[in-house]
Amino acid sequence: MITIEHVRKVFPLQGSEFVALGDVDLELADNEFVTVVGPSGCGKTTLMNILAGLETPTSGRALVDGEPVTGPGPERGVIFQQYALFPWLTVRKNVEFGLRTAGVPRARRREIADRFIALVGLERFADALPKTLSGGMKQRVAIARAYAVGPSILLMDEPFGAVDAMTRVRLQEQLLTTWSQEKRTVVFVTHDVDEAVFLANRVIVMAADPGRVSEIIEVDLPYPRTEEIRLSAPFATLRNRVWSAVHRHEAPVR
Amino acid sequence: MTLVQAETTAVRRPTAGKRRLGVPKTVLNGLSVLIGIGVWWGFAVSGFDIPAPPAVAERAVELIADGTLAEDAAASLVRVFTGFALGVLLAVPVGFLMGWYPPVRALVEPWIQFFRTIPPLAIIPLAIVLMGIEETPKIFVIFLASFLSCVIATLQGVVNVDRTLLNAARVLGAGDRVIFARVVIPASSPFILVGMRVGLGSSWATLVAAELIAAQQGLGYRMQSAQLYYDLPTIFVGLISIGVLGLAMDRLLLLAERRLTSWQETR
Ligand SMILES: Nc1ncnc2c1ncn2[C@@H]1O[C@H](COP(=O)(O)OP(=O)(O)OP(=O)(O)O)[C@@H](O)[C@H]1O
Ligand SMILES: [Mg+2]
Repeated sequence: MITIEHVRKVFPLQGSEFVALGDVDLELADNEFVTVVGPSGCGKTTLMNILAGLETPTSGRALVDGEPVTGPGPERGVIFQQYALFPWLTVRKNVEFGLRTAGVPRARRREIADRFIALVGLERFADALPKTLSGGMKQRVAIARAYAVGPSILLMDEPFGAVDAMTRVRLQEQLLTTWSQEKRTVVFVTHDVDEAVFLANRVIVMAADPGRVSEIIEVDLPYPRTEEIRLSAPFATLRNRVWSAVHRHEAPVR
Repeated sequence: MTLVQAETTAVRRPTAGKRRLGVPKTVLNGLSVLIGIGVWWGFAVSGFDIPAPPAVAERAVELIADGTLAEDAAASLVRVFTGFALGVLLAVPVGFLMGWYPPVRALVEPWIQFFRTIPPLAIIPLAIVLMGIEETPKIFVIFLASFLSCVIATLQGVVNVDRTLLNAARVLGAGDRVIFARVVIPASSPFILVGMRVGLGSSWATLVAAELIAAQQGLGYRMQSAQLYYDLPTIFVGLISIGVLGLAMDRLLLLAERRLTSWQETR
């Protein structure tokens, strides 16, 4: 279970202060799939970094299974908004990175890596360097790399942002398939309202300045989510609700 | 792989080359050298007080035949490589420490910036007084020249490591040591290699100049003693050798750099 208790994050900004997150309170159940939507700059990445243990809140705290987050941990996998692949390592070596730090023996490492490379459909590029991949392919490598360590919580920051619409749908379905096979808690940031509704148990709508949770919308659509569901009337209703929630709270232009 | 590369170059060259001149680059390079020699010859025969290419070639053959050229070149190269190797070996860890620990940087950087403004040659008088006229002062000056350019480059490399890569490594379970060995070192290697190239260039220049001042052997010394007898052909042989060797060393490091950092996006 993930608990976020009165988390505030303040960044210094040219002598004054900028409130990136003002008092965020959230509770996420185990194996829940939560998506986070909100305008640019509302603190989505900041919230993810706090959960990942890469950033400490100015006040309040984040807890995972009752334990305060004090740093990164192998049970929390992170997929960054920028791909963050190691450019000097091949696709396979990138995917193996976390396994290597965990001390997994070479043969086993390779086996696991190859499985996840196949999952994201990059078998042919296993020995390629990141510079030869497209943006979407890089993002898929990043996904495989995070999956490979077997985290129970996945923190995904706009993972499909750079992927074309077709691949995006395929990755969404893949993600839901793996999630239903090996349940884990997923926190998934996106700009795409359709994507937010399609994937989630709950959509968390954030608003900016100060960054805060403005609305939480339950998505009571059954899994597995299919094309049929995507085109159904209840889906459209939910999407419209999320859409207007995002826009209602959009920060006034300063 | 090589086949594919050969193909792409074969395909690319006519389109890229033809549009400009229709002559391959290597032919133009060779032509340029020949023209240069021709101009030099022209100056020599039209009354300028310099030896013509045949005289220089003749002297080169003599110096090669009696082993002087090889001995001098070897003496110079050994000095350069010793000083350079020592400089790089110290610069890389110091640069890493400076980049990784801000207090170390704050303590060390003023000195490095200060010594960087002093031309290495200006250290020679002091080095000779303190270390005698044997090999030590020369190697020390080379060491200093390569250390200074390499340490700054390493520092730049460490400071420029992408924060998201560090974060990516941390969330994949890497501790400080692993991050250092498997992220910081590879990420800063392009900077270090550039620093090494700059360092080797300035080492070579410094060494030859140092040999002009005090040495019993070496390319610089050979030119210095030739100067006493107005032996211009020997001076020319020395100059050309220095240029060719310097160019060869630079190309070698460039090749290593290309090989080791071919993973970079910008190429
Ligand atoms: N290290 C930092 N120093 C100063 N300000 C920061 C820092 N990190 C984030 N901020 C500020 O905090 C706010 C929230 O940033 P954050 O990256 O969390 O937004 P976001 O919701 O992820 O936006 P986007 O959708 O564009 O990725 C921004 O206004 C940003 O300028
Ligand atoms: Mg963001």
